Amino acid sequence: MPQPTITSANPLTERLLIAAAVGVVGLLIVVPLASVFAEAFAEGPAAWWRALAHDPDTRHAIWLSLTVAPLAVAINTVFGVATAWLVSRFRFPGRALLITLCDVPFSVSPVVAGLALVLIFGRQGLLGPMLQSLGWKVIFAWPGLVLATTFVTLPLVVRELIPVMEAIGPEEELAAVSLGASGWQVFTRITLPNIRWALLHGIVLANARAMGEFGAVYVVSGHIAGATDTMPLRVEKLFQEYRTPASMAVASVLAGLALVTLVAKVVIERHLEAEAHALAAARSLPDSLDNTPHDASLTTSTKGPVA
Amino acid sequence: MNMPTPARQTARRRSVLPGFGMSAAITTLMITAMVIIPLAVLGLRAASLGPTEFLAAAWTPRARAAYAVSLGASLTAAIVSSVCGLLVAWVLVRINFPGRRLLDSLVDVPLALPTAVAGLVYSTLYVERGWLGRFLVPMGVQAAYSWLGIVLVLVFVSLPFTIRVVQPVLESLDRDTEEASRMLGASRRQTFLRVILPAIFPAVITGFALALARALGEYGAVVFISGNMPFKTEIAPVLIVSRLEEFAYAEATAIAVVLLVMSITLLVIVNGLQQRVARNAQ
Repeated sequence: MPQPTITSANPLTERLLIAAAVGVVGLLIVVPLASVFAEAFAEGPAAWWRALAHDPDTRHAIWLSLTVAPLAVAINTVFGVATAWLVSRFRFPGRALLITLCDVPFSVSPVVAGLALVLIFGRQGLLGPMLQSLGWKVIFAWPGLVLATTFVTLPLVVRELIPVMEAIGPEEELAAVSLGASGWQVFTRITLPNIRWALLHGIVLANARAMGEFGAVYVVSGHIAGATDTMPLRVEKLFQEYRTPASMAVASVLAGLALVTLVAKVVIERHLEAEAHALAAARSLPDSLDNTPHDASLTTSTKGPVA
Repeated sequence: MNMPTPARQTARRRSVLPGFGMSAAITTLMITAMVIIPLAVLGLRAASLGPTEFLAAAWTPRARAAYAVSLGASLTAAIVSSVCGLLVAWVLVRINFPGRRLLDSLVDVPLALPTAVAGLVYSTLYVERGWLGRFLVPMGVQAAYSWLGIVLVLVFVSLPFTIRVVQPVLESLDRDTEEASRMLGASRRQTFLRVILPAIFPAVITGFALALARALGEYGAVVFISGNMPFKTEIAPVLIVSRLEEFAYAEATAIAVVLLVMSITLLVIVNGLQQRVARNAQ
């Protein structure tokens, strides 16, 4: 324990606070997490495997989750990169509104999002008759699942990239353009390497959210077992059928994935912190130097070609 | 070299940098298709009901009960979450102890864990035969299939928000002011109440608002533990789904719009608060 300072509490208070905090986190987070795995393996690993592999509907749910989530994340990655580029490198009327609109999926209840999709693509919806005549199914089929998942994970990559791209600044990219690089070259050789950790962070978070999404997918899927149940929906269906051990087995896979996500997140965040420190160090020159153009080379000397 | 950066070119839309056209096209397409159109469809469908029918649909006794359960449980959960969040953030920032890094990582579990898993596990924990229920039920604490269960699960999902908003503000707190206060004779309690708390109060309020927003929209976790009894433990999103399954689109849309208005209002408030926190932290 470090030396107590004038601003720290007395040791007894500190220990009580630690106990209280550990108690809160333990009760609310650790105990539930542990019980998922305990209950999933309560009847032994063989029973756990049987619940996952021998049930065709569960197998399908796993496959469905593994295809819908990455697709939604891929779409949102493209969107995220494009929007972050637009917002951080250009100024235009409506920019602030755009940023706010990107945050809307965060504050809309997933059920409301699913309802909106049903109102558009459902049989009695806006595009219902047109879709029916084309024979396309969106609601109660996997396209609807992808749309719903894409909606709820929309902000996740963008919000990661915008602060990083604004902090890094356009100097390197401008330098590249002035040296004759094409847009694509600027993007792949300058921007992408600079944002790769933030991008990875956003992708990891978006994937966790996409695989775990319940409310929006519940509404658009019609929860037809074996056809449109993703893993979280499968957990619910098994629970409704009083097949709790099987439900726990699927839940344990999702919980395991959550733990992998957390580990990846911690690793990526270490890289992000290191990059942020490097950036701050490179920029930590007095303000007077930043304002005079002919001294700009000093601030970018460690990062790229001098214009 | 006098190279203009995009930030100073307020007169021109384009700049030296490439890619404006393509990125603008992708962004506009996605935002229109995924955000603007769905919201517009909801609004238009609700508007097409006309005021009396809308009120009749959105203000039924069952809907009113659902709003009450949703708001009541979410407010309670947000308050509990804010207090616990402040406690955990305080311990993580101000006290050094073995296992602190682990505790810090555990805080993010509710963000990564699917809400359905959280709901499933909470309901199995608190029923009579569950790990916690076997102690609590004999004491009369019925957390499963009750309002208490809803609050517990909502605290679970909102805890990362209240902690992660307060943590950076606590970290960047100026120790000099604190030390000055203590050296001038203030007790620890006085210092906390009059120096520290006012400084972190905006962040705590932001965390509260974020937790409330998160709790209001939550569906997956609550659906397992609440029992979804109309008028008692049915939250608004559950009622919406119920109405949808009965093909009562008008009623579902009306209730959804009420929920949406509550959420968007909170979003605006949170954005304003977050800007204030950012300004204060500098």
